[in-house]
Amino acid sequence: MARVLINVPARAKRGEVIELKTLISHPMESGYRVGTNGALIPRDIITLFTCTYNGQEIFRAELSPAIAANPFIAFFTTATESGTLAFRWSGDNGFSATETAVITVE
Amino acid sequence: MPDPPFLATNRRCFLIRSAGFAAGVGLLSAVPLRAIRATPQAMQEAIRKIVGEASLRQGRVRLDVPPLVENGNTVPLTVSVDSPMTEADHVQAIHIVNEKNPQPYIISATLGPRAGRASVSTRIKLADSQQVVALAEMSDGSFWSESADIIVTIAACVEDLH
Amino acid sequence: MMPRRQTRRRLVTALALLAPLAAFAADIPAAQRRSGYEFMGREARAIEDDDTGNPGMLAVLEGEVLWNRREGPAGKSCASCHGDLRRSMNGVAARYPAVDPVLGRPVDLEQRINLCRTERQQTAPLPFESTELLALTAFVAHQSKGLPIAIPDDPQTRRFGDAGREIFERRQGQLNLSCAQCHDDNWGQKLGGAVIPQAHPTGYPLYRLEWQSLGSLRRRLRNCLVGMRAEPYPDDAPEIVDLELYLAWRARGLVIETPAVRP
Repeated sequence: MARVLINVPARAKRGEVIELKTLISHPMESGYRVGTNGALIPRDIITLFTCTYNGQEIFRAELSPAIAANPFIAFFTTATESGTLAFRWSGDNGFSATETAVITVE
Repeated sequence: MPDPPFLATNRRCFLIRSAGFAAGVGLLSAVPLRAIRATPQAMQEAIRKIVGEASLRQGRVRLDVPPLVENGNTVPLTVSVDSPMTEADHVQAIHIVNEKNPQPYIISATLGPRAGRASVSTRIKLADSQQVVALAEMSDGSFWSESADIIVTIAACVEDLH
Repeated sequence: MMPRRQTRRRLVTALALLAPLAAFAADIPAAQRRSGYEFMGREARAIEDDDTGNPGMLAVLEGEVLWNRREGPAGKSCASCHGDLRRSMNGVAARYPAVDPVLGRPVDLEQRINLCRTERQQTAPLPFESTELLALTAFVAHQSKGLPIAIPDDPQTRRFGDAGREIFERRQGQLNLSCAQCHDDNWGQKLGGAVIPQAHPTGYPLYRLEWQSLGSLRRRLRNCLVGMRAEPYPDDAPEIVDLELYLAWRARGLVIETPAVRP
């Protein structure tokens, strides 16, 4: 099971620009490395990361094999209302992970 | 005793064929079956695909990346774009490409006015010392870019793959 | 009976040979002792500093789950005996490797965890370098983060530490290099584009960017020996723990950083 670390402020002022930081455990095997048997290690990466804010998508990133293992992605959003931030990762071999965080906006 | 005519022909053919084969093999080994390194041209091609017919100018984009990196496996990088991030004038997307990894694309992020600030941080893999280019796609369809040259060093004592 | 002049010459030669060895025998004085953290760039340090950006913390999260997992026929978890680890494990990593009273020789944290698993939980030991053992070790060692390394100074511990020191100062491998030559005598200098650190085990298990994963000191020492073109020890060799003990003693006073991040 993928381990996830999310850094989201618990509360924010309406209109405040906040930073969201995410970290997920994943090998991000590029598919270009050669194993000890001389064969290429097959690609196994996260390809898509999205964040929704009360259901509305506020950020999307398409990842390539050039993203480092245990992908770290940090971005910003405007605190518009209280609610739930949902983070979703998906990728090769049916990989899928979600994490949510609640934010109170006053 | 001279070879019967058909054998001679065959031998000649065989020799020619084997020379061809050797030459063929030589050719094959000279051209890698899979390009393990992209080229600066591949990066330019990738940029052309992203930008299309739109205008591309240098500026407004800041690429924060260490000029010298201790390990190419994990290079922290931040792209920030100078933009008011309003409905009328904002960054639509940020793309990052490189010139020496096996393929040119690194990441493409979709933003929008709700972002508040056009800044994305991540950690990337760089196969070698090379140039990295960040492109910002604006709401008016224009593109702005910035590049950085990064030197990648490697740790002194590494393990064998086992 | 040798002529006097010859004796004096031999004595001088012998002293000349000894003098360099005597100069190398000292470990780094406390005032100059610095963690590998200080030899890294600003960006790498930032990765270590941010608990939510440090990939090693993902393993610490994993370790917490394992700490509470019931194992063996009696269904005991680590928590069953040790309770709240924030109290019970605080300071433990700072004094490891430690002499096990029954075995009569030092064990490192990984071995200590496995001894608990086999003897107290009656369950199988975890293989070295397995994600589970790394996670558990990281979780335990993390409870000592910020505490100075403090290996006790008793005769028994010192005996094994001296054995570790002997390994550290011995020339080995195809390059005929000793650990001391790089890490005592030439720390701060460059070796192939990388700065030579002092080699203090302040943050193990740590996230090595080269590995793109968490790894143990045992694994790092293997890398060192391979890098020196010397024969690495088997994973369960007593020499490894002797060396780990000497390294910990040599790092005394520096604080634990687990999980550290290193190139």
